[in-house]
Amino acid sequence: MAVMTYREALNLALREEMRRDPRVFVIGEEVGLYEGAYKVTQGLLKEFGGQRVVDTPIAESGFTGVGIGAAMVGLRPVVEMMTFNFALLALDQIVNSAAKMHYMSGGQFNVPIVIRGPGGPAAQLAAQHSQSMETYFYHVPGLKVVRPTTPMDAKGLLKSAIRDDNPVIFIESETLYSVKGEVPDDPEFLIPLGKALVRREGTDVTVIAYMGMMYRAMEAAEELEKEGISVELVDPRTLRPMDTETIIGSVRKTHRAVIVEAGAGFAGMGSEIAAFVTEQAFDDLDAPVERVTGANAPMPYARNLEKLKTPSKDKILAAVRRVCNANGG
Amino acid sequence: MAKTLTRGGASSGLGVDAAVAKQLLTDMLLIRRFEEKAAEAYTLGKIGGFLHLYIGEEAVAVGTTSVLRPDDYAISAYREHGHCLAKGSDPKRVMAELYGRRDGLCKGKGGSMHLFDRSTNFLGGHAIVGAHLPIAAGVGFAIKYQGGDQVIVCYFGDGAVPEGEFHESMNLAALWKLPVIFLCENNRYAMGTSVERALAQTEIWRFGQTYGVPSERVDGMDVLAVREAVARAVTRARQHKTPALLEADTYRYRGHSMRDPAGAVYRTKEEVEREKLRDPIVLFRDKLLAAGLLAEADVRAIEKDVNDRVDEAVAFADASPEPPGEWLFTDIYKEA
Repeated sequence: MAVMTYREALNLALREEMRRDPRVFVIGEEVGLYEGAYKVTQGLLKEFGGQRVVDTPIAESGFTGVGIGAAMVGLRPVVEMMTFNFALLALDQIVNSAAKMHYMSGGQFNVPIVIRGPGGPAAQLAAQHSQSMETYFYHVPGLKVVRPTTPMDAKGLLKSAIRDDNPVIFIESETLYSVKGEVPDDPEFLIPLGKALVRREGTDVTVIAYMGMMYRAMEAAEELEKEGISVELVDPRTLRPMDTETIIGSVRKTHRAVIVEAGAGFAGMGSEIAAFVTEQAFDDLDAPVERVTGANAPMPYARNLEKLKTPSKDKILAAVRRVCNANGG
Repeated sequence: MAKTLTRGGASSGLGVDAAVAKQLLTDMLLIRRFEEKAAEAYTLGKIGGFLHLYIGEEAVAVGTTSVLRPDDYAISAYREHGHCLAKGSDPKRVMAELYGRRDGLCKGKGGSMHLFDRSTNFLGGHAIVGAHLPIAAGVGFAIKYQGGDQVIVCYFGDGAVPEGEFHESMNLAALWKLPVIFLCENNRYAMGTSVERALAQTEIWRFGQTYGVPSERVDGMDVLAVREAVARAVTRARQHKTPALLEADTYRYRGHSMRDPAGAVYRTKEEVEREKLRDPIVLFRDKLLAAGLLAEADVRAIEKDVNDRVDEAVAFADASPEPPGEWLFTDIYKEA
């Protein structure tokens, strides 16, 4: 095990996969000479050259389509979105072309492509650069959607995404790039897509969260432990396909569920999780499922408003206490 | 320029020998008759959804494909029956796909607008206008990456030209020198919107000049002219990875789709009748007869052969079962 940042873990995953498979190449804005807007691709141009680390003009639909076409005839592109918010310019390519090619062609042409980059709330990046973009993708059959919370997950999941034969949407976070954690040295260390992880075992309530919200939920869990509430933390890691089994298993054990998500709550990830928990484990529930979500408003710039937009630790604490009937206890 | 393609053609003055000429006529006729039958099947309710006919534009697909190698790629929009057949797909499986049957090219999951055939390197059938142009650039990128000398022909209509993706793709192909032949089939109408109502620059080939891409306009109703222009572009693309923009001046005799049967609101009957005087199949047939490359009996034999193949395709599609219900959930993901 080595300790490294989330950014370094991603960089290492790219490096290892590019060394392993000559069909893998990286393409996007500022990925080469500039070494990545967030330095995830640092050093790749030097090691692999301009043919495999391809700087593009600002043309998201264009270069995403280039990735899709290249993937159709045998390459394995990793397309970087400088921020996932820009992927909206390529949404048609991702949703109508990448996701449906294998189906429309009756299984003749698959699209092994990874589209990666940061998304979600960051630090005062305002309305157009702070969206929890997974919402736009996990609805689409044919796509896989990954949100890796830790450096270990970042590496293990990115490598699996690159080796996957389908289009994978891989959304990182600006706020996590400098987070440090242990990462296995083994270049064959992979984390399978579609597998959730119980990050903390508990007996009283299941809290489901990922990315920055998982770190916040961990803090909340520590605090609740002191109050005598034992929190189990489940990280889906892959949002599509979703590991419903692990989540349902945990809820059957704790009988309570709270879902935390950074994005706006309306028709968000929490809605889907709450729906299948209720459908599959209603009789096991001792309390209604609670959602703690981002406010249903665009992301404001002002620091105080930004704080109000995103779920706070206090809101998580309050929700858990509510489902555990521990309010004012 | 097209010397390698004119085997024994000198005597006819047409630049092609009898065998090539016969093949070109046969291929055009096959597309024409195939689509006439498809239109019939549509009116009988055997084909659903949208059906966009290529009738009138056959010289473009046939002339183009005649100078491609089997390992070259082609990609198209949603008016692609002709491109798919020209590239060599089995008419039986194409018809079965239009019928939504299990023996269709795409198991009945694609339909008229989404024909794909891996065996002929035909990369689809894309029904979002402009979206397949970047994909074509990506195939060009992959050819270069893999060190190959294939080319990709990307067919699209005049309707794609105002889309941003046309310009993004043209820029990327020129910037990175990709072996992509962008072939605009200018049939003058994007659905019901004429080129004049859609483009500030109506001479589409000129957009290529903006990006430093060799460009030219070609008579899309003349199969030999198309063949020669594409041959020039293919040679450049194979040898120097130079992209091209070709604008084929063509015309669709039918409406935008079967739901626009006459195409009469946005153009005049007189215009359609006038354009029919340029019918690429009639012109080419007459030219071959006049040059003595074909006799009337040959033409009748070709007609019979084509009609038989189309009838066979219809019978095959009719006999093919519907896809089984469990196929709804197959092919969503490729399993490892």
